[in-house]
Amino acid sequence: MNLAEGVQIVSFGLLSLMVLGAALGVVLLQNIVYSAFLLGGVLISIAGLYLLLNADFVAAAQVLIYVGAVNILILFAVMLVNKQEDFASLPRSWVRQGATALVCTGLFALLSTMILQTSWLGLNSGAAPETSTTILIGEHLFSDFLLPFELASVLLLMALIGAVVLARREFLPEEIVSSERQPVLTLPERPRQPMVVSSGTSSTPGSTSE
Amino acid sequence: MNPGIDLQESFIETLIDLGLPVGAAKAIWMPLPMTVIIIGATLGVLVSVWLERKISAAVQQRIGPEYAGPLGVLQAVADGLKLVFKEDIVPAKADPWLFTIGPVIVVLPAFLSYLIVPFGQNLLISNVGIGIFLWIALSSVAPIGLLMAGYASNNKYSLLGGLRAAAQSISYEIPLALAVLAIVMMSNSLSTIDIVEQQSGYGILGWNVWRQPIGLVLFWICALAECERLPFDLPEAEEELVAGYQTEYSGMRFGLFYVASYVNLVLSSVLAAVLYFGGWDFPIPLDLVSSWLGVSETNPTFQVVTASLGITATLLKAYFFVFVAILLRWTLPRVRIDQLLDLGWKFLLPVGLVNLLLTAGLKLAFPFAFGG
Repeated sequence: MNLAEGVQIVSFGLLSLMVLGAALGVVLLQNIVYSAFLLGGVLISIAGLYLLLNADFVAAAQVLIYVGAVNILILFAVMLVNKQEDFASLPRSWVRQGATALVCTGLFALLSTMILQTSWLGLNSGAAPETSTTILIGEHLFSDFLLPFELASVLLLMALIGAVVLARREFLPEEIVSSERQPVLTLPERPRQPMVVSSGTSSTPGSTSE
Repeated sequence: MNPGIDLQESFIETLIDLGLPVGAAKAIWMPLPMTVIIIGATLGVLVSVWLERKISAAVQQRIGPEYAGPLGVLQAVADGLKLVFKEDIVPAKADPWLFTIGPVIVVLPAFLSYLIVPFGQNLLISNVGIGIFLWIALSSVAPIGLLMAGYASNNKYSLLGGLRAAAQSISYEIPLALAVLAIVMMSNSLSTIDIVEQQSGYGILGWNVWRQPIGLVLFWICALAECERLPFDLPEAEEELVAGYQTEYSGMRFGLFYVASYVNLVLSSVLAAVLYFGGWDFPIPLDLVSSWLGVSETNPTFQVVTASLGITATLLKAYFFVFVAILLRWTLPRVRIDQLLDLGWKFLLPVGLVNLLLTAGLKLAFPFAFGG
């Protein structure tokens, strides 16, 4: 075993430990902000695992998209919501927990059988591919993975339009809207009931200074 | 690639001749370039702090630092020493862990990005295939540290500053990536070496600045916003937020933020030089010079001279951009947060897309000039 292999094995062990530890922290910690930060740790460690598999472009994309965008947006949402709400035990919480456990076990069983049944021999030659991974990914995206690629972009477009529709809903008291400040561009699905007239019990998004 | 001096090979061979095993010799070589680059990056910070103070003073018709060393060159060192010796305070109700980790997460990606900064044909730590994309990916990690610092300080100003930093960074990353993508499209590679190679050969006329003027402006605006330099330094806007996410920090933890901001500025300037000003490329093609002088390109002396000229050219171009950033700081007023987001999403993003489309069209129309 030479130096490179040793480094590889040690970093694989470290990264696996980091993934498992941080993932357990995400699930088990009480403070949601810690969970959100640890989620970033999980995603970065997974990027490290990709690097060990010679998938450098995927690793960088993982960092850019999951850590740099998704995780930051999660943190953003966590920090902008300023609602102190005491945890009340739900009446039939065991149903939810049971369903969650069922789904998780099912997913775990499915993935385990998939991993056990796939023959991994011949897939891993250990060497880096001769052409750059970026070029290989590009060729695959525009040939045999074209349909999933385009479907994913349609899905993103739908999410984008949905976000715009949600964000354009203006929470204004009914009387003001009807009398003077009728917005010019009103979407047909805008709800007619007022959302914020009651005195300060509900906090609007963006008011962090309570 | 011409044969010539190979520092790595000769260093390793010397060690092997001294009786070391091959693995050990390679392992001893590996940290050397990294250490050199880290020291260089830190020195770059000191130089730009001094430049910032001197140029700011000149703009405001003051003298600036002058007692610490000749022309005050040691002022930045004095500043750093002061920060080291200051008391390190953690506010009583702050979250001590997140408060400590926050600045570290801000600093690390900035230094890590120097992995791909080329100072010459082979003068970089690693010619990774994803090159410039690595920088974009790494620079998107820093806002997590800012959010962490803002949240852990337990201070409204800090939290608002952290949130603003994250919003700003997310918004300006997209036009920045689009500007870089246009360059990548022209050089058919993400590697910084290939990007410079594609611009070399015609001296100053071959640089990307002539082919990507819109891209350069776009890149520079977005880079300033990513570094939180003055027209866009909303996360630390003094009049509104005291000091943003840095409000509760003191001592070396504050120093880490300070170092990170200047490392980012120098890094963005170097990359602007690499992407648009031909990197280490000399304004006159050097192989022409060698043929005029009748010197072979593989001549060791010529290679040493070329390498030092390359490093000098890269640094000069980079510090030109630092100079522009400092001048802009004292020229432009700070924008409001809504103006910032409007500019990012409604102006720079469409301009970036149009620039990308134009580049693609020009590449199809004139493949000889736009890297076919």
